[in-house]
Amino acid sequence: MNLTLRVWKQDGPDSAGRLVDYPVTDIDPNASFLEMMDILNEQIMKEGNDPIEFESDCREGICGTCGLVINGQAHGPKRAVATCQLYMRDFHDGQVITVEPWRADSFPVIKDLVVDRAALDRIISAGGYISVRTGPKPDANATPIAKDKADHAFDMAACIGCGACVAACPNASASLFTSAKVSHMALLPQGQVERSRRVKRMVDQMDHEGFGNCSNIGECSAACPKKIPLESIARMKREYLRAVVIPNDAS
Amino acid sequence: MAIELNGKIPDGPLEEKWDRHKAKIKVVSPANKRKFTVIVVGTGLGGASAAASMAEMGYNVKSFCIHDSPRRAHSIAAQGGINSTKNYPNDGDSVWRLFYDTIKGGDYRSREANVYRLAQCSASIIDQAVAQGVPFAREYGGELANRSFGGALVSRTFYARGQTGQQLLLGAYSALMRQVDEGGVELFARREMVDLVVVDGKARGIITRNLVTGELERHTADAVVLASGGYGRVYFLSTNAWNSNGSAAWRCHRRGAAFANPCYVQIHPTCIPVKGEQQSKLTLMSESLRNDGRVWVPKTRQDSLANAHNIDVSKRDYYLERRYPSFGNLVPRDVASRNAKMMTDKGLGVGPEPQRLAVYLDFRDAIDRLGVHKIDERYGNLFDIYKEITDDDPHQVPMKIYPAVHYTMGGLWVDYNLMTTIPGLYAVGEANFSDHGANRLGASALMQGLCDGYFVLPYTIGDYLGSEELKPVKTTHDAFNEAVDSVQKRVNVLLDSKGTRSGKARHTVLELYRELGLTMWDNVGMARTEEGLKSALQKIPEIKQKFEETVFVPGSSDSFNKTLELGMRVHDFFEIGELMARDALHRDESAGGHFREEHQTAEGEALRDDEDFSYVAAWEWKGEGKEHELNKENLVFENVKLTQRSYK
Ligand SMILES: Cc1cc2nc3c(=O)[nH]c(=O)nc-3n(C[C@H](O)[C@H](O)[C@H](O)COP(=O)(O)OP(=O)(O)OC[C@H]3O[C@@H](n4cnc5c(N)ncnc54)[C@H](O)[C@@H]3O)c2cc1C
Ligand code: SF4
Ligand code: FES
Repeated sequence: MNLTLRVWKQDGPDSAGRLVDYPVTDIDPNASFLEMMDILNEQIMKEGNDPIEFESDCREGICGTCGLVINGQAHGPKRAVATCQLYMRDFHDGQVITVEPWRADSFPVIKDLVVDRAALDRIISAGGYISVRTGPKPDANATPIAKDKADHAFDMAACIGCGACVAACPNASASLFTSAKVSHMALLPQGQVERSRRVKRMVDQMDHEGFGNCSNIGECSAACPKKIPLESIARMKREYLRAVVIPNDAS
Repeated sequence: MAIELNGKIPDGPLEEKWDRHKAKIKVVSPANKRKFTVIVVGTGLGGASAAASMAEMGYNVKSFCIHDSPRRAHSIAAQGGINSTKNYPNDGDSVWRLFYDTIKGGDYRSREANVYRLAQCSASIIDQAVAQGVPFAREYGGELANRSFGGALVSRTFYARGQTGQQLLLGAYSALMRQVDEGGVELFARREMVDLVVVDGKARGIITRNLVTGELERHTADAVVLASGGYGRVYFLSTNAWNSNGSAAWRCHRRGAAFANPCYVQIHPTCIPVKGEQQSKLTLMSESLRNDGRVWVPKTRQDSLANAHNIDVSKRDYYLERRYPSFGNLVPRDVASRNAKMMTDKGLGVGPEPQRLAVYLDFRDAIDRLGVHKIDERYGNLFDIYKEITDDDPHQVPMKIYPAVHYTMGGLWVDYNLMTTIPGLYAVGEANFSDHGANRLGASALMQGLCDGYFVLPYTIGDYLGSEELKPVKTTHDAFNEAVDSVQKRVNVLLDSKGTRSGKARHTVLELYRELGLTMWDNVGMARTEEGLKSALQKIPEIKQKFEETVFVPGSSDSFNKTLELGMRVHDFFEIGELMARDALHRDESAGGHFREEHQTAEGEALRDDEDFSYVAAWEWKGEGKEHELNKENLVFENVKLTQRSYK
């Protein structure tokens, strides 16, 4: 396949960016999108030029490192996959493909397509955990958990922290990400003790980081590679209200 | 001067060693813990669990990772599960059985005492993870579910769909982030450790490269813990993540830490076959699939492989079931991989033309027996991944699989306390060599990483910190200056190469990296020979030289520069690859994943030589351009009898 890539180039957080066109040739339709980017970079470097900076790691949709806005869509045209799980057979010969970084005030650009998503870690740090120490614990089977509950908690815990939800949201809200963690823990018996404190602190941190508010548009969930549903945000809002009414977790 | 390899294995009966040891080792008082700073390099299962646990105890912890977030460590990609001796299925599991399976699975090349401790701690890991909210799979009654993995006759593997590593890592990461919030851990993301700083013979700090600004930063500490993962990416193509590397361990090695058993590499039997030259990495299909999938090839070479299910059952060779009736499809990985190779070597493979490098993993019988629903519940996401990548639906046609590099059993030599041969430098997780001998059983790496990090290191490190006199060091110390200079020189090799200065790529990093990878795969891969290893030992330095002269690395060192990052890691891979070949050549026997064609039984199984090779090979760096020196730690077996492994 031969294609034109229209790629966002930006030297650093404070520099102005621009779209640059690159021809890319001889791509195997079974190559992944990121392999195509590797090949393009090889072609660019053969000419002695600077490659396009982008990030990836697992290249199988689980680490959350990769993340490109492709033709205007976070993680590209295919649903429920991360950028690294796109294959060139999903595009067509001769296509012009625009590639841009996640765009959000809370995700400053580091270079080209690489952004800083540390704000997401700080949201987790504000309470996305069950406060237990390492050490002797009750037997793992001591508290039975209904299978559907456990499965549901798993569905929420499947979030890979990629930030596509933020990139897709017109308000750049991190609600889907935050709500996935809030839901995972609120659904489990282990998560009850800190239920109020957790949701309050996480939501406050999210606001503090400058992410926008959720206005129920739903682009986040459509872009999410792990299909975290919008109802997760609804649960977070309920949890937050509950926390206002019952501020002490002892209940 | 040879290194002294004292395993520090405690006295007493196997079952009592760990408890006795814990009772004896020094404990640092809570008030004093605050005075100690511990650096932890890596935030995978080993590093995150260690950093969180030590911070909870009161130590000052500095945690480093190359990723933008600690949650992205390669542990996140582990799929299948984690072993534990809980015996919930009531099928006769016990600490002894897990210990025995692991020793045997490792082909009798690991330390009894370490492995026994691992088995003892394995139950606590599950309790700990559940307390953290890790959503393991459950039965309808609300209890935890188990499945079987290779090399075991009991069902002891806990799992969270096909994302067990993700869920366990998120558990450890959440504990780590709680400590960041509480001030016990200072987090340094996007930092690559590029050197270890040794002062008065003790590990006292590290140099990191800030991957955003390129700055070389100095960090002091009272002890350094390496949790930087394995070096499987020396093969270029592997199931390891793109950024996985061996550099942190290699840098420690060059500063005096012995590197043990570098040639022990695990080649995982069930991966999606290589599809073309533009491929950048391989994808694992979890071993759990072998619970229900049946492995076969046609008995005779087929002209067309268009429709596998049209090949009559009588014309199929379910070779694992045939050759190993008791373990069947669940033989250990090295055995399964070697058998797949045997079949494709005979021309019976079913992969893409012309090499046909693949065998079938077939779910039709399981679907008939259990129904699509049950199978989807067990493997749905793996089927999806397979379909996404290959465009084939495993419900309709058998999967095609082939072995791929997956895990490195070798690593930094550590004693029972997990301390390397440099005092104050520890290694946990895949970065050390400790528990898996010459072959790791499935679902045991997660167990080992978490056992090291939660339950072993936080105790054993106190023994060192509590008994050593550690004078304060400053980042202006000569050892820091020297380390920074030497890193700068390595950066300059790449930025000043003729290739870079000519302004046009003579060779890109990837080109030469692929060349190294192919050389390693062909000669230091699934089957090794004296001739092949010797040729690798000749070729690798040649490619390295070509790399140093002609490689093209654009940009500067004082900015975000992925090509430079990768270039520096690849530069180290040449040296690691060379040592692997040297170790493989010296180990003139077959053991587990190390298969020397010269040494096999009549049936093609790995043939050990216990008389001459029942030891850990711990290699010592002797300086630039000098040959490594071999040191040996003899393996003493007091509790198990060494036999030819049999899975029949
Ligand atoms: C696809 C796949 C599936 C697997 N499935 C299973 C399974 O089902 N069960 C099982 O038991 N095992 C499995 N394994 C093996 C297991 O996942 C790994 O062995 C284990 O997770 C390694 O953990 P770790 O903590 O040692 O290192 P890693 O998780 O690899 O973490 C390494 C850390 O070190 C950091 N780092 C590396 N170099 C540097 C440096 N120079 N400076 C600073 N930081 C650095 C990285 O950023 C990262 O944080 C699987 C492996 C693969 C590849
Ligand atoms: S909710 Fe979905 S899109 Fe958002 S960070 Fe998690 S996985 Fe990514
Ligand atoms: S690279 Fe890991 S999710 Fe894409």
